[in-house]
Amino acid sequence: MLTYTLKRLLQGIVTVWFIATATFVAMHAVPGDPLANERATTEQIRRNLEQRYGLDRPVSEQYVVYLEGMLRGDFGISFTQENRRVNDIIRENFPVSATLGILAVTYAALGGILFGALTALFRNRLPDLVIMFLVILGISVPSFVVAALSQLALVDMNAFLGFSLLPVAGWGTLRHMIVPSMVLGLGTMAYLARLMRSSMLEITNSDFIRTARAKGLPPARIFLKHQLRNAILPVVTVLGPAIAAITTGGFVVELVFAIPGLGRSFVEAVQQLDYTVIMGTTVFYGGFLVSMVIVVDLLYGWIDPRVRLE
Amino acid sequence: MSVALRFSAADFEPVATERTLQAASRPSLSYWQDTWRRLKQNRRASASLGTVVALGALAVAGPWVWRVDPSAQDVDQISQAPAWPPSALIVEPYTAWGGVTAEPTQPGDVVTDVRLAEPATTQAVRLVWEPVIGAAGYVVYRSVYDPAPDRALGLPVGEMVGANRASFEDRLDLEPRRYWYSVVVMDGSRAERETYAALVVDAVRTVSAEDAESRGWAQNAGALEPGDRIDLPYHPLGTDYLGRDLFARLMYGARVSLFIGVVAPLLFVLVGIVWGSAAGFMGGRADQLLMRFADFVIALPFLLFVILFKIAFGIGPGESGVFPMLVALVLLGWPSTARLVRGQILQVRQEGYVSASQLLGARTSYLVFRHMIPQTMGVILVTLTFAVPSAIFTEAFLSFIGMGVAPPTPSWGSMANEGIRTMLSHPHELLFPAVIISVTVLAFNLLGDGLRDALDVRMRGRE
Repeated sequence: MLTYTLKRLLQGIVTVWFIATATFVAMHAVPGDPLANERATTEQIRRNLEQRYGLDRPVSEQYVVYLEGMLRGDFGISFTQENRRVNDIIRENFPVSATLGILAVTYAALGGILFGALTALFRNRLPDLVIMFLVILGISVPSFVVAALSQLALVDMNAFLGFSLLPVAGWGTLRHMIVPSMVLGLGTMAYLARLMRSSMLEITNSDFIRTARAKGLPPARIFLKHQLRNAILPVVTVLGPAIAAITTGGFVVELVFAIPGLGRSFVEAVQQLDYTVIMGTTVFYGGFLVSMVIVVDLLYGWIDPRVRLE
Repeated sequence: MSVALRFSAADFEPVATERTLQAASRPSLSYWQDTWRRLKQNRRASASLGTVVALGALAVAGPWVWRVDPSAQDVDQISQAPAWPPSALIVEPYTAWGGVTAEPTQPGDVVTDVRLAEPATTQAVRLVWEPVIGAAGYVVYRSVYDPAPDRALGLPVGEMVGANRASFEDRLDLEPRRYWYSVVVMDGSRAERETYAALVVDAVRTVSAEDAESRGWAQNAGALEPGDRIDLPYHPLGTDYLGRDLFARLMYGARVSLFIGVVAPLLFVLVGIVWGSAAGFMGGRADQLLMRFADFVIALPFLLFVILFKIAFGIGPGESGVFPMLVALVLLGWPSTARLVRGQILQVRQEGYVSASQLLGARTSYLVFRHMIPQTMGVILVTLTFAVPSAIFTEAFLSFIGMGVAPPTPSWGSMANEGIRTMLSHPHELLFPAVIISVTVLAFNLLGDGLRDALDVRMRGRE
């Protein structure tokens, strides 16, 4: 287990280095003058700005400085908001995105497992058909449409009630979080439910379930102890990619619901071509995703010992 | 007594065997014929296939049939919901109206007998009423909703000073729809009274013959008589916030969205096949190197890097931005196919029939084209089908956050993005692109499911 953990960690570090390099290369390939929308009106100001952002040095040196900064966890100064460090922007916005993401993942995992199990239990009967229809809808409708429609529904609901039960947009209290996290988790939940269903159906036909039935165990016990526990395994494997999908899917939800998260600040940075914020956020996200995948892998190795022997 | 047995040579001929005793056979089906048969039997999959073909036809042939410029603005029909073909009544050109003054005959808080001086048109709405003794003046409001429930009178369109003013002419941006006009009396200190007199008016779309010609609705103004009706440009699915025809935009958008949605997966699956089979064949150090690189690319946060690459490739003025998006999708999309193909190749390489073929002296190219590719084709086809909806989603997502196709080129994602701004007042602008994206994604997903089941060898030959 220790060797496996170390190996995964080392792989993760190399991956993050690759992400950082790819980001650096992509951002340096952007055409145009990075100081074009700055107030670099005179030569002196331009020289000072170039010095401040290290643009006066050769690219190879910039790369070394950039990697050193990353190692120290320092992402530099924002291009458009000159008195702010990228670290401050991340520190301020990431907790919001993380809260939203954790809620969405929880909701997606619980809902996916529950609905998937229900469809398998009621195979080809009404609950199965209804849930599968909703699942297909959840997979096919883009998240920004779901977000917009749920906002519309919130407006109507609040107008009908005469007071604001659940706010239409914004951030702050738990009531602000309920609907955005549900919208964010919906696609993943649908995907997990489908996976759970096929996994459950496969196990229903396996030998140990037949044995359990034959020795007269109560159906509820078979369902919970034997079927559900084994069927959850494949769901755990896709949780890593699912977390990745949810964190980047957060962009849309944050934009539509006006949530001050990292996704929204990334989109704003892209629109204003704020080089350092774009680079910092990408590497931060990349590192976060890589560590999530590693955590899920280790978790899976702990649950299912067959994996770490490979 | 003896029986003479005479045998001739003919008696020693072998008896002809009847070969058609009982044959339980069925026509032989190749793997692909069988797959096609099973796909056709799957009702959901064949319906999806039909939908996909119809969408393709809409994108290719649609703009040839419905020849409306998707970026032409119809300023007379902005944010028009789907409706019957609109028409306009030809009227005399507008002439100024002096208005009506009348001596007030009765006191009161509110004017009485609000009526139309002449039929309401989009040219002008002319109201007259019985004035009130002691009024300092009158304020006229116009609303598109019934003001009754909470006295929301709407837009103040005019203020008349003097007790004897008894008319008002509204010419402000009139549309062919229902209006609620309210007249409020101002008292001595020019404060408005609480009560109001209301009139519901249905304005009729009218146009003068000269205007009709100058707007291109009619060829020859001289041939038009007041009272004639002329047809206006028809927008079957309505128009957007700039008055552009939604139907035309949806079809041109289909060209953009389906182009990206189909071509990007085709390209990256191709790259993946080459990369994966190279890794699978070469094996050893080369395989490790190639696959390690694929692992790195997979670990890149997909959407962030699509955006990064899109900025890096830049969009020049006047370009639509389709090409940078294609490149970004291909650069990031190939590794999963490469992994899949490599796994398949490794698996197929170990099969007995491949070794047998090799023993019989088959060349590598024969092995590849006869055994490897047909074996992996099914899996690749399923991957391709599932890659299309995700590419369409990515395009829509990027256009939605403003990083996708540049305006005025329509794509479904950018149309949905524009539709969201007006979704409260004109929901159809969001609804149509959203529905067509969902239908497309659904069709490709169900088709992928059906293909996967149909290609499953375990199901072969079953009904």
